[in-house]
Amino acid sequence: MTKELIKGNTAVAEAALRAGLEAYFGYPITPQTELLEHLSARMPELGRAFVQAESELGAINMVYGAACTGKRVMTSSSSPGVSLMMEGLSYIAGTEVPMVLVDVVRGGPGLGNIAPAQGDYNQIVHGGGHGDYRLIVLAPASVQEAVDLTALAFDLAEKYRTITTIMMDGSIGQMMEPAELPPFQPLKEEIPAWAVRGAKDGEKRVLTSINLDPPTQEVMNLRLMTTWQKIEANEVRWKGYHLDDAEYVVVGFGTAGRIALSAVRAAREQGIKVGLLRPITLAPFPAEILDELTEKVKAFLVVEMNTGQMLEDVRLAVRGRKPVEFFGRMGGVVPFPDEVLTEIRRLATEPQTTAGHPRDRWLARLTETIG
Amino acid sequence: MQQEVIIAGFGGQGVLFAGRLLAYTAMEVGKAVTWIPSYGPEMRGGTANCTVVISDEEIGSPFVKNPTAVIAMNKPSLDKFEQLVAPGGVLVVNSSMIDRPVERTDIHVVSLPANEIAEALGSSRSVNMVVVGALLGNLDLLPMEAVEKALEAHTPERHKRFLKGNVEALHKGAEHRVAEKV
Repeated sequence: MTKELIKGNTAVAEAALRAGLEAYFGYPITPQTELLEHLSARMPELGRAFVQAESELGAINMVYGAACTGKRVMTSSSSPGVSLMMEGLSYIAGTEVPMVLVDVVRGGPGLGNIAPAQGDYNQIVHGGGHGDYRLIVLAPASVQEAVDLTALAFDLAEKYRTITTIMMDGSIGQMMEPAELPPFQPLKEEIPAWAVRGAKDGEKRVLTSINLDPPTQEVMNLRLMTTWQKIEANEVRWKGYHLDDAEYVVVGFGTAGRIALSAVRAAREQGIKVGLLRPITLAPFPAEILDELTEKVKAFLVVEMNTGQMLEDVRLAVRGRKPVEFFGRMGGVVPFPDEVLTEIRRLATEPQTTAGHPRDRWLARLTETIG
Repeated sequence: MQQEVIIAGFGGQGVLFAGRLLAYTAMEVGKAVTWIPSYGPEMRGGTANCTVVISDEEIGSPFVKNPTAVIAMNKPSLDKFEQLVAPGGVLVVNSSMIDRPVERTDIHVVSLPANEIAEALGSSRSVNMVVVGALLGNLDLLPMEAVEKALEAHTPERHKRFLKGNVEALHKGAEHRVAEKV
């Protein structure tokens, strides 16, 4: 296979198509629109369903219906559009039908701006829709990884009858990198036993998220949690850089993770033994490797393009045993590697504490810098 | 080894394609490369720019504060990026659109009237190729033959008639050598 230079949004669209996407429903929003645009041309070419809905609400409910047939279905949007989809996502989770959501996150809250950000971590990773459900969240840091995770997203969604979200930020959507696209998978012929087919005189199958009887609902909640435990046991993914002899570890996902990689390399050149842990699954979260690293290293630095959302998950894994510091830029501002390098140097040269909250210290420093 | 180039100018000057051409070439010669445009509101009416990072290993940040090289195709771009070029780096200036001298003395400045050069070649639209040529002539970034090959491969059929002019523009730009290649 040869590589081609391709934009993140387009690459995810083409990868979804090749993974056997049979129906897409969406609504345009920057910085995600190329994804929808690419599918608007390619899906009809292949005789598959593409609908630009009247709104994100329409799109997610069309996804809900299509997902009930057991076909591979997807929608994509960016932050404010994903907020509009939350009711439908909860219904889909409550019905236990598989789907893939792509969220190309932009600056917020509110209408915000179209620049790259990671401010939707809490919304996507820790909930969003109402009710007691969890979903798998994949966070690519490059175009190739976005391609690879797209096929995986469909497989995981089907395997666990769950929503899989690919959460990337605007820069991965807009960036071009060489990537190798996978070959076309044949479309699924087998209809899952739970799917509705509209078949006359067949066995009656009901897919719904309404459960008026609390004990029945509780059994369903229990089943969701049991499934989640399997997901936690089997599907954690992360990538480590220079971790073997690391005394300090930077933790960052997506674009923040690769920016941190530049800083980690620069710090290594200055003789600081620092490594990078880049979570690829944000849910399930790579807590176990963090637990292992806690035993070995002196301190952690969490880098995000938000005010410290994954930070809380890292702190839960580290449990106060080692100092955890934080650095973030937000609102669509992307940190440069030298800013992260400064923080790594601070970590390695200044006394660290497990007392207080790292967010407070970061805010005090940042307020001095940007007023 | 990693090199970074920011190409900036007005929308319509071919800034984004110039960057993509470097990215295509880098990919063809087996390097890791990222190309990222400024896609924000500044695209509308103001300056457009893109950042290209070319490396021998997996690229960390696609965003660069102090690039190895900058191509400034108009004055707002020079104002924005002159101070950011890494010391010892290359700054290509399109003097056709810029009426002030460069202040920095610690970088290699390649100043050339790219609009007039392109017009003299009979292809005013190849001004972006003139400045890319000027960059390649002064920075050991990518082999010219590879760039030519990538240009041919990524010129759509409907634009093939511009190919010859674009290749000439690349070479004409590359003739503007200020010193030994950086």
